[in-house]
Amino acid sequence: MSRIGVAFDKARADGRAVLVGCMPAGFPTVKGSIAAMTAMVEAGVDVIEVEIPYSDPVMDGPVIQKASDIALAGGVRTADTLRIIEAVAATGTPVVTMTYWNPIERYGVDVFARDLAAAGGTGLITPDLIPDEAAEWLAASDAHGLDRTFLVSPSSTDARVAMTVDNCRGFVYATAVMGVTGARARTSDAAPTLVSRVRAVTDLPVGVGLGVGTGAQASTVAGYADGVIVGSALVRCVLDAPSEAEGLAALRTLSAELAEGVRNPAR
Amino acid sequence: MSADALAPVAGSQPDSAGHFGRFGGRFVPEALVAALDELDGAWRTAIADESFRAEFGALLRDYAGTPSLLYEARRFSAKLGARVLLKREDLNHTGAHKVRNVLGQALLTKRMGKTRVIAETGAGQHGVATATAAALFDLECVVYMGEVDTERQALNVARMRMLGATVVPVTTGSRTLKDAMNEAMRDWVANVDETHYLIGTAAGPHPFPAMVRDFVRGIGDEARQQCLDLTGALPDAVTACVGGGSNALGIFHAFVPDEDVRLYGFEAGGEGVTTSRHAASITGGSAGVLHGARTYVLQDADGQTLESHSISAGLDYPGVGPEHAWLHDTGRASYLPVTDAEAMAAFELLCRTEGIIPAIESAHALAGTVTLAPKLAAELGREPTIVVNLSGRGDKDVHTAGDYFGILDKEH
Repeated sequence: MSRIGVAFDKARADGRAVLVGCMPAGFPTVKGSIAAMTAMVEAGVDVIEVEIPYSDPVMDGPVIQKASDIALAGGVRTADTLRIIEAVAATGTPVVTMTYWNPIERYGVDVFARDLAAAGGTGLITPDLIPDEAAEWLAASDAHGLDRTFLVSPSSTDARVAMTVDNCRGFVYATAVMGVTGARARTSDAAPTLVSRVRAVTDLPVGVGLGVGTGAQASTVAGYADGVIVGSALVRCVLDAPSEAEGLAALRTLSAELAEGVRNPAR
Repeated sequence: MSADALAPVAGSQPDSAGHFGRFGGRFVPEALVAALDELDGAWRTAIADESFRAEFGALLRDYAGTPSLLYEARRFSAKLGARVLLKREDLNHTGAHKVRNVLGQALLTKRMGKTRVIAETGAGQHGVATATAAALFDLECVVYMGEVDTERQALNVARMRMLGATVVPVTTGSRTLKDAMNEAMRDWVANVDETHYLIGTAAGPHPFPAMVRDFVRGIGDEARQQCLDLTGALPDAVTACVGGGSNALGIFHAFVPDEDVRLYGFEAGGEGVTTSRHAASITGGSAGVLHGARTYVLQDADGQTLESHSISAGLDYPGVGPEHAWLHDTGRASYLPVTDAEAMAAFELLCRTEGIIPAIESAHALAGTVTLAPKLAAELGREPTIVVNLSGRGDKDVHTAGDYFGILDKEH
């Protein structure tokens, strides 16, 4: 079983959900992103999701777009992302990588899988790669023992949920709303239904993302999902802070609040 | 339009998942798959439906003003040493071939019971065409346009608003066409139930490339017959400019099975494909994934999309429709770059010899033809006949061209 699987099993045994915290690699700088991810881990984030910054992130809302732009303007390369993953994975925290497909295709799918595995990464979340187009990634992830997290959506048919889940390994990513990343005032009504549709066809853990940004929302989602995935709200802590120190402080505060939330699932 | 006008052309269909060889497909968020499947089904049903074809055909004839003329440009021909026939898409309503695509997709939108269309636009031509169709079909219309482009093309922003559309300036990324397309995709993911994304070219995820191609293929179907009627033979070559590539596919498609007819796509070479300032995705890019499909892309060593440059806003895009990538790989069509300077020289030549002001996009096709004509004549040992897709008119480009040629009065 992958390290992600172990984290989910442990949380399940503790009667709580896993907290997955996302941060773009190289935002605000390579060093700064390692500091941010370390702060998140220290404040109770269970799994770090490192997003590879991409010039055309169609699944991301304004906050992560802006952070990605800053990272790219700072000159971050795919090789830097691998170094960041290695640094965070070395702390023992499971690291999953979220990436649009073109940077991987450009790097070379099998070569990237090899290097990701060597860096200690657990696998990929692929927002614009559906299993239908993923033959090369399926082979590379098998060859290098990596997890595959494809997304399911409220609009997915039952047949597509089954097919997608069948191609996942590690955990399944359920997108809570029809939309892009970004914190929202209310959690989704569609998410519990989607999670139960996924549960009907798999024993894999299900993480829910899109629109979760507070401890209360984390608690709500933890009530019906195995994992709570938070991105934009965490990124905003760093984006809006007047200094790096204040950004890290805000990040610690929010991470702790979210960690508290997943430990008190709403029933 | 005749009953078989949308019948498949042999040898140029994607597989059922939209792959043209190794290109095309669907690289999209799962959230969009249901909508793409719905669109694919609606499109296949529609083109097999006599009443849809009749309605589309009537609109093209009565509203868009097609079939467009095939005009023998004698004075322009004399300069080239070739018999040049211009497919006058510039005379269509809204001034370009794009009206064919928007009418087709707007009809489909109605058939799917959707009430809202969104579109991306660079120079504003596709935005204006979409706003036009939305007005005609009583659809809500939102057009995403890079902030940089809204400033460069203020007149087209006003046109869209006159037609009742909402224009949203996009302030992310490079603030140009590719970012407008990203923003339209994000809107679509969030509002897919009532919204159709009316993509303006034969690019994007399946079924858009094949569907858009089918809606504009009348250009080539008409031109092929018009050329036979006029000259008694097929042309030696067919030429078009290629940005996303819908006008080129539109005119190429009917000729694909005619192996003796050479097909040439002219890309925007900007300041030269050896510089970083061009928009020639096939001749100056590499295979990658952008905006939902695998195709040729301008990208850096890490797969980040590069900014494109062209004097022609309509060609200023760092990708290309996947069918072109495939036609390039198979060798059925040839793709060559044309620089800004070459395009503007051909622009001026057509103005002065024929009294026709072409769109700067179309001027790339003319410039490529200027270079091609003597080579083809030498190879064939006779005067070649070349059909050029004059895909749009130059009214929108008067300011750019005036600036380029230095003929604007100082106070403007």
